Amino acid sequence: MVAVVAAGDIPLKRRLRRAERARQFRALALVLPLLAFLLFTFLIPIGGMLWRSVEDPEVGQAMPRTVAALSGWDGKDVPGEPAFAALAADLRQSYQDRSIAGVAKRLNYVSNGLRTTVMGTARRIHDLPAPGTARETLIAMDPAWGERITWTAIKGASGPVSDFYLLGALDLKRNMEGSIVRAPEEQAIYVDVFGRTFGIGLGVTALCLILGFPVAYLLASLPAGQSNLLMIFVLLPFWTSLLVRTCAWIVLLQGEGLINDLLRWVGLIDAPLRLIYNRVGVFIAMTHVLLPFMILPLYSVMRSISPAYMRAATSLGAPPAVAFVRIYLPQTLPGMGAGCLLVFILAIGYYITPALVGGAADQMISYFIAFYTTDTVNWGLASALGAVLLVATLLLAMVYGKLVHGQQNTGGLKN
Amino acid sequence: MATLTAVAALSAAANARDLTVVSWGGAYQDVQKQVYFEPFKATGTAMNDESWDGGIGVLRAKVQGGNATWDVVQVESEELALGCEEGLFQPLDFAKIGGEAQYLPATVNSCGVGAIVYDFVLGYDKDKLKSAPKGWADFFDTKTYPGKRGLRQGPKTTLEIALMADGVAPKDVYKELGTDAGVERAFKKLDSIKNDIVWWKAGAQPPQLLASGEVAMTSVYNGRIDAANKKEKKNFGMVWNGALFTIDSWVILKGSPNTEASYKFLNYVGKPEIQAKLSENIAYGTSAKDAPKHVKPDVLADLPTAEANMANAIEINTAFWLENLDRLTERFNKWAAK
Repeated sequence: MVAVVAAGDIPLKRRLRRAERARQFRALALVLPLLAFLLFTFLIPIGGMLWRSVEDPEVGQAMPRTVAALSGWDGKDVPGEPAFAALAADLRQSYQDRSIAGVAKRLNYVSNGLRTTVMGTARRIHDLPAPGTARETLIAMDPAWGERITWTAIKGASGPVSDFYLLGALDLKRNMEGSIVRAPEEQAIYVDVFGRTFGIGLGVTALCLILGFPVAYLLASLPAGQSNLLMIFVLLPFWTSLLVRTCAWIVLLQGEGLINDLLRWVGLIDAPLRLIYNRVGVFIAMTHVLLPFMILPLYSVMRSISPAYMRAATSLGAPPAVAFVRIYLPQTLPGMGAGCLLVFILAIGYYITPALVGGAADQMISYFIAFYTTDTVNWGLASALGAVLLVATLLLAMVYGKLVHGQQNTGGLKN
Repeated sequence: MATLTAVAALSAAANARDLTVVSWGGAYQDVQKQVYFEPFKATGTAMNDESWDGGIGVLRAKVQGGNATWDVVQVESEELALGCEEGLFQPLDFAKIGGEAQYLPATVNSCGVGAIVYDFVLGYDKDKLKSAPKGWADFFDTKTYPGKRGLRQGPKTTLEIALMADGVAPKDVYKELGTDAGVERAFKKLDSIKNDIVWWKAGAQPPQLLASGEVAMTSVYNGRIDAANKKEKKNFGMVWNGALFTIDSWVILKGSPNTEASYKFLNYVGKPEIQAKLSENIAYGTSAKDAPKHVKPDVLADLPTAEANMANAIEINTAFWLENLDRLTERFNKWAAK
C-alpha cells in the first residue's frame, strides 16, 4: 500500500486535519461569547463560593502576633505570658483599625460568648499592659482569657484556610484536641435538613411523574388542535409569577379557604383539614409549580414514538397492559429521565414556596443558606452549605448519567 | 475671610452632590417625604432621598469603596451595633442636634440617633374573640382562647414571648434567656402549643393570617395592625403588655462629604413637633422625649412611645442576639423538626 501523497508533498491526512482544525476554530469562535458569559456569570461565582467555604481570614489578618505566638503552643494548657502580650497588642491594634469585629464574630462561632469577650476587652485596652503583666491584666478584664477553649478557638481560626465551615455544614466540629467529632445534639441540624431537602425533592419528582405522565400521553395522542389547547393550560403556570401561584395556593388551602369550605359544605369534614403551613402544602404547591418541567420533556419524547409498535404488539397477541409496559414504557425512559432530573434539581433548590407554605419543620437547605447570607452574614457557613448541596447534586447527576447510559433506548426489546 | 471663601468654594467643588438620605422605602418613606424631606428642603438645604433594604454588607461596600454616595442612612439596631464597631459611621455629636437630653435614653447611641420606635405586639381579631387577651400568658392559653397562633419563625422574639408567657417579668427576660435553663424553659413553654403555631416570615403575613381566620392571635408589628384597621376597616386589637420594641436609627456614613448638611437634617428631624407629624401619619413612635406632647390624643393611644404602652414593654436586646442568634437558630430548628 503506497501512501497517497498529494500536491505540495503534504499527506492527505495532515491536510484533512488542518481543514478540520480550522473548522473547529471557527466553531469555537462562534461559541466564545457564550463561553465567556458562562465563565463570568457561572463558573467564577461558583468558584468564589467554594473558596469562601474554606477561607478563614479574619483572625489571621487581624491578629498576626497572636497567631505567631501560638504557632508553637501544644494546646494542652493556657499559653504563657508572650501569647498574652501578643494578644493585648493585637486587640489594641485591631480595635484601632476596626478589624476587631470580624475576629469577635468568628471566635463567637466556636464558643458562644467570645464576641463579648473580644469586643469588651478590645474596647478597654487603651495602653499596652506593662511587660510581664499581660496575662493577669487580660484575665482580670475577662476570665474567659484564662480558659483553654478561648485559645483553642483562636488557634483553630488562625487561617488562612480551614475546614471549620465545611465540617459545620455536616454537623461536625473539631474538639479541643483537634480531632473531628459530632456537633452537640441541639446544634446538629444540617444533615437532617439535607435529608429533608432531598426527601421533598424525591417526593415532588414522584408526584410530578405520576401526574404528568398521563397528561403528556394525552397531549401526544390528541389531534393537533385539541393538544394545542391543552398545551396552553400546561404552559399557563409559566406565564404567572411564582409568588402569585404560591399565594394562590395559600388562599385555596388555608383553614377557611376554598377547599376546606367546599369539603365542609359537602359534609365530608367537620373541622378544617390542615393543608397548609405543613409538608402537605409544600408538596401540593411545589408539585403544581414544577409539573410543566416534567410534562414537556415527556411529551417531546412521546411525540416521536410511532404508534405502529403498539399495534404490532397487540397484533402479536399482547394484552394492552403488557404491550404498554413492555413496548411503550421503555421508549419513554429518556423523557422520564430528563423530566425527573430537571424537576428534582429544581426542587432541591426551592426557596420561596416552602418558605411561604411550609411550617418551621419544612424549610429546605436554601432557607438556611439565605438566612446565613442575609440575616447573620455568616458567609462561610452559607457557602459551605451551598458547596455540600452542589457536590450532592453533581453526584446524583452522575448516578443518573450512569443509569441512563446503561440502558440507552433499546426500546426494551432485549428482555 | 478670602481664604474661607476659597475653602468653601473648594469644598463645594469637592462635594458636587447634594445631601442624600436613605430610608426603608414604601409607605413609610412616602410619609417621611411629606413631613421630613420636603419641609427640610424648604429650609434651604438641597437633598434627595433613596431607599434600601438593609444589610451591613451594603454599608461596608459603600464606606470601604471610598465612594460613599450616601450620607444619612436609616439602619436597624443590628446594623447600628455592627457598623459602629466596624467604624462605618461617624461618631455622632449630639450637641449639634439638640443635645442628648432631648431624646429618649434608649434612642441615644454613640454612632446614631433614634428615628422610629416600633413594637412586636400581640394582635388579635376583636370580631373573633369573645374576650380580649391581656398578655402573652393568654396567647398560650388555647383552652380559653381557642384557635391557632402566629409567631415569627426563628428564635428572636419567640423565646422572649415564651418566657413572658411563663411568668418571667419583662425586665428579667434576657437575664433568664442568658442561661441554659432559661432557654430550656422557653422551649418547654413553646412545646405546650407547638401544634397550634403557624410560623410567619414577613411582616405582611400576620395581618393576613388574622384576616383569613387562620390564627386567632399572632405576634405582629404594631404599625401593620394600625394600617389594617385604617385602610381595610378591620377590627383588630393590640395588647401592649409585654410588647417587644426595637429602634431604627439615623447614622452618618464615614467619609460623607456632606457632614454639615447631615447634621442640619438630623437636627431638623429631631425636633419634637416635626416628629409628631410622622406619628400622626404612620403608627411609629419617635425618639424625641416631647414628641408625644404634640401628637393628637386619639393617635397617641396607638403609639409605641405612649407612656401607657411603654410601661411593660422591653427593648429587643441587640447585643444578646448578635451573640446568640446563630446558636439559638440551630437550636430552634432542631426543636421545630422534632
